[in-house]
Formats: sequence, structure tokens, C-alpha cells
Amino acid sequence: MMGTVVMESGMPDEDKKRAAFRVLEERVLTGDGRASPEQRAAAFTGADVPPGVQALVGKVAASPAQITDADFAAARAAGFTEDQLFELVVAAAVGQSARLYDAGVAALAEATDKTAGG
Amino acid sequence: MRLDILDRGYGPGTKLLFAVIRAFSGHPVPDAARLVFYRPDFYGSLAKAFTHEAMRGPSAWSVADRELMAAYVSTVNESAFCIGAHTATAGRAYQDPARVRAVLTDLDSAPIEDGLRATLRMLGALTRQGAVSAADMRDVLSAGVSRQQVEDALAVCAAFSTTNRLADAFGFALLSPEDFEAGARYLLKRGYR
Repeated sequence: MMGTVVMESGMPDEDKKRAAFRVLEERVLTGDGRASPEQRAAAFTGADVPPGVQALVGKVAASPAQITDADFAAARAAGFTEDQLFELVVAAAVGQSARLYDAGVAALAEATDKTAGG
Repeated sequence: MRLDILDRGYGPGTKLLFAVIRAFSGHPVPDAARLVFYRPDFYGSLAKAFTHEAMRGPSAWSVADRELMAAYVSTVNESAFCIGAHTATAGRAYQDPARVRAVLTDLDSAPIEDGLRATLRMLGALTRQGAVSAADMRDVLSAGVSRQQVEDALAVCAAFSTTNRLADAFGFALLSPEDFEAGARYLLKRGYR
């Protein structure tokens, strides 16, 4: 009735849009970069973020409109290069977006899966 | 922008391209467009592919509806550049700027379909609170929105959750109304690729 295609794996056929987001996520986290994969993962998840970029990364996720030049100045003063800051800001933005996307998809699955135990 | 590399860190070919675009279009290259040319292998290429798929790929939502969702999410995020860009794009796509203004001013009273209204309300809650409940989703589905349409709307939300954050973090320069309109014409003609 809902028209959902269920693959042999039992997982719904992940749509092309979500798949394209996953590729971006994967690239930002694990591809080549000037910031280490550990630093990018920290910026993405918001956990164990190095002190020098904590304020900037925290604001990218929670209150991006409040970011100021001073947040970047503090991160530069802590020794981060411009390319590292570019990557860490992107990782933080993609990470927060991934959490929103996942939360939405999970709520939708809960709303439509009548057999789930909750 | 707040990183010098995003203003000046482009190769000679990209700099030439920016100059050509400026000369032929008569409009500056917006920071949103410049960003995706900076080390495109890290972010720009895949971000463009995802955003284009979300905004212009197959969907039961019209392009205008998706641009309205982009404008709405940007408004909730108070992301000034993206509000300007996608208010202009949605208004042009609907050929009805007043409809877009009404939604962004007061979603509850705006003259739009119930399914679209319920979807925007859900995207607003997700954007504001970082979570939505199954009950919120049932409200959307019972307004006549298909499961696939909800997924498509979540893709738009993810694309602009990212773009809004980068616009505000890197400090995209606001454009004049004329330049936002030129950007809107470009996005409706060419998309995000």
C-alpha cells in the first residue's frame, strides 16, 4: 500500500538523495585532508573537539548565525591553519545535518513501521 | 569571507572563470558559488551533487515547493544570505513572491496546501529542536503527504542545514536584491550542479 520497496536485506531501498549525502559524509570524514581524520570526526560529532576550535565548532552546530570574526581569530591563535579550519567547519556543518537527517528518517520509520516493537 | 583562502585561494583557471562569469552576467559570483570551487574534491563536488539531487532530482514536490522549504529552513536558522537567495528563487519559481512572503511571515495563515504546511512545520521543528517525534511525522502523513515526499523534504532540510551553517560561519556577503534575482534565475535555469 505504501509502495515501499523492501530489498532482500530487509532494509528499505535507500533513496538516491540520502545516498548522495552519505557519500559527502564519508568523504569529509575519511578522505584526504589537512586536518586529521580524528579532528574531523571530533568536529563532525561535537565530541572531544580540540580546545582551540571548540567555540567555533560548537557554534557551527548549534548557533551558526552567532559566529563572529573572533571565533576564527581564536582558532587561528590556537595554531589551526585556514585549510584546517575550512575542513573542520565543513565537518561540523555536515555532522549536524547528518544528525537532523537521521533523526527525521528514524521518526518517519517509527511512524510508518507498524510491526516495530518500538 | 572569514577565511582568506575562500576569497583568494583559487587557482588561475578558477579566477579566470570568476572573471568571465562576472563580465558576461554583469553580476558578481556569489560567495555560495565561490565556496564550492574551493578544493572541490573536499566538499564542493559532492555537495553540489547532493544539493542538486535534493532540489532538482525526481520528486513529487515541485521545484518551487523545494525552494520554499529551503527558504523556510533558512529562515528558522536565521541564515541571512540563504533567506535572500531562496526567497527570491521560490518567489520566481511560483511566479508568486507574495505566497513565499506569507509562508515566511506566518506559516499557519499562509495560503498553501495542508500537506505542504504540515511538512514545513515538521522541518521547522526538526531544525529548531534537532528532533521530531513519530507523532509529528504522522501529522504530516495524515495531511496527505507520502512517505517518499517526507524523505525528499528531509533531503532538502539536510542540504540547507549544511549550506546555512557554512554561509553563516564563513560569512557570505549579502547581495543586492537585483543580484539575488539574478542568482534565482540562474538556479532555476541550471540548478546546483
